[in-house]
Amino acid sequence: MKSADNNVLISVRDLKKNFDEHIHVLNGVNVDINKGDVICVIGPSGSGKSTFLRCLNLLEKPTSGQIFFEGDELTGKKTDLNLHRQKMGMVFQQFNLFPHMTVMDNLTCAPCMLRKIPKEQAEAKALELLSRVGLADRAGAYPNQLSGGQKQRVAIVRALCMEPDVMLFDEPTSALDPEMVGEVLDVMKKLAEDGMTMVVVTHEMGFAREVSNRVLFLDGGVIAEEGTPAEVFGNPKCERLKTFLAKVL
Amino acid sequence: MQTINIVMANFLTTWFDKLKETFLTDDNYKLLLTGLKNTLIITIGALAIGVVIGTLVAVLKYFSDGVPSLSPVSFICDVYTTVIRGIPVVVLLLIFFFGILSSMNGIAVAIITFGINSGAYMAEIIRGGINAVDKGQMEAGRSLGMSKLQAMRKIVFPQALRYILPAIGNEFIALLKETSVAGYVAIIDLTRGGNLIRNNTFDQYNPLAAVAIAYLVMVIGLTQIFKLIERRLSKSEKR
Repeated sequence: MKSADNNVLISVRDLKKNFDEHIHVLNGVNVDINKGDVICVIGPSGSGKSTFLRCLNLLEKPTSGQIFFEGDELTGKKTDLNLHRQKMGMVFQQFNLFPHMTVMDNLTCAPCMLRKIPKEQAEAKALELLSRVGLADRAGAYPNQLSGGQKQRVAIVRALCMEPDVMLFDEPTSALDPEMVGEVLDVMKKLAEDGMTMVVVTHEMGFAREVSNRVLFLDGGVIAEEGTPAEVFGNPKCERLKTFLAKVL
Repeated sequence: MQTINIVMANFLTTWFDKLKETFLTDDNYKLLLTGLKNTLIITIGALAIGVVIGTLVAVLKYFSDGVPSLSPVSFICDVYTTVIRGIPVVVLLLIFFFGILSSMNGIAVAIITFGINSGAYMAEIIRGGINAVDKGQMEAGRSLGMSKLQAMRKIVFPQALRYILPAIGNEFIALLKETSVAGYVAIIDLTRGGNLIRNNTFDQYNPLAAVAIAYLVMVIGLTQIFKLIERRLSKSEKR
C-alpha cells in the first residue's frame, strides 16, 4: 500500500503501543507529517511523546497501526528498516555519542560503513557540518572531553552526515545545563530555516512557539489537540491543554 | 661474619650440586621443558577455542534474548553454560579422554576440553560486558541505519571490551593454572614433568619449586600483557 499524497513524508495511522498487557502508552495516533514541517510534540510526562517519536523509526515496535515513510510502509514485514533509518536522523536526550571514537569517527563511521562513501569525502563533509555548528576545532576530541551542549551539537551533526530526509529529536535539551540549551536550540533553528523536516519532542515552549509550524499536544496516548503554535498556545481548546500550559508557561 | 659467609657458601654449593643432580641426571630438565611446551600449547589452544565459543555464545544470547522465535538458541546456550560450569574440569577431562574423544591424541583432547570449559566462563563474562554497555549505544547505531550485527561489531562490542578485559584476564590466568590437571590423562604438562623428576630423583623440593616458579613467571607475564591492553583501551577516557 502506497500513500498517495506526494507532499507527505511520514504518515501515521492508528498507532498503538502497549508495554506488557496493561500499560497502554499510545492509543491510536493519526498524523501526517509533510515535507518541510517542523512539528513540536508537547505534553505531560507519561503522555507517550517519546514513545511516539521512537515509533516513527521503529526503535519502538508498534503494537498495531501503520507508519508510512516516503510512501513505504515501515511497519510492513518485508520493509528494509535499516535502509529507511538511514534517511531518518535521530537525536537522543542522552546524546548517545560513541565514547570510544573521536568526534570525527562518530560522524564518519555510519556514512562510510552504510553508504560506502570514501573516507576523505565523508571527513570533508563532516568537517563542513561541524564548522557550521562551530565545532570544527573539536574533530579530534573524544566525546567525554566535550560539554553537554557540544555533545548534542555533535550528535545532531552525526545524524546530518547521513543526509536524512527527516530529523527526529527526543527531548534534545532536557539533559543539558540551562546555559547550554541555547546553543543547541540555535542549531536546530538554523536547521529548520534550511528547510529540514523535523519532529521535536520538547519542553521548550519558546522554541515550539517560535520555530515550529505545527504543535501536537499528546495526552493519554492520543493527540488531544493540534494546530499552529498560535492556535495551540494562544487559544487552547481542550481543558487538559489549558491546565498543562498554565503550568509550563 | 666470616663463619656466616662460610656456612652460606657451603649451603649454596650443596644446593647447587643437588640441583645439578636433580635436573641434569638423565637429562631430567628435558621433562620440564616438554611439560612447559605442552602446558603452553594446551593453554593457548584452549584460549583460542574458549574466546571463540565464549564470544559466539554471548552474542547469540544477546540477540536471542526476548525474541520468541529464537528461544531454542537461548535455551541451548543456557544448557551449555550451566552444564559445563557445573562439572569439575578434571571430570570433564576424564569424560572426554576416556569416553567421547578416546581415539584422539591426549593433547588435542586437553585443548578441546579446556577450551569448551573455559568458553562457558568466557561467555558469561562477555555477556556481562555487553550488557554493561548503555542501551542507547545500540539504539544510536540502529537509528543511523546499522543492522544489529553491524552496531554490535562497531559500537557495542568495542566498548564492552573494556568491561570484559579484567575478568577475561583472570580467566586466562585460571585456565593456565587449571591445565595442571592434564597429567590425569597421561599428558606430560609442566606439573607432571616436575612430578616425574620427583619420582626419578626422590628430590621432593626442587622440582616442585621449579614448577611453581615457572607458573608464577607465566602468570606475571600474562598480567603485564593485560595491563598494557587495558591502558591502551582506556585512551578515550582521558580528559
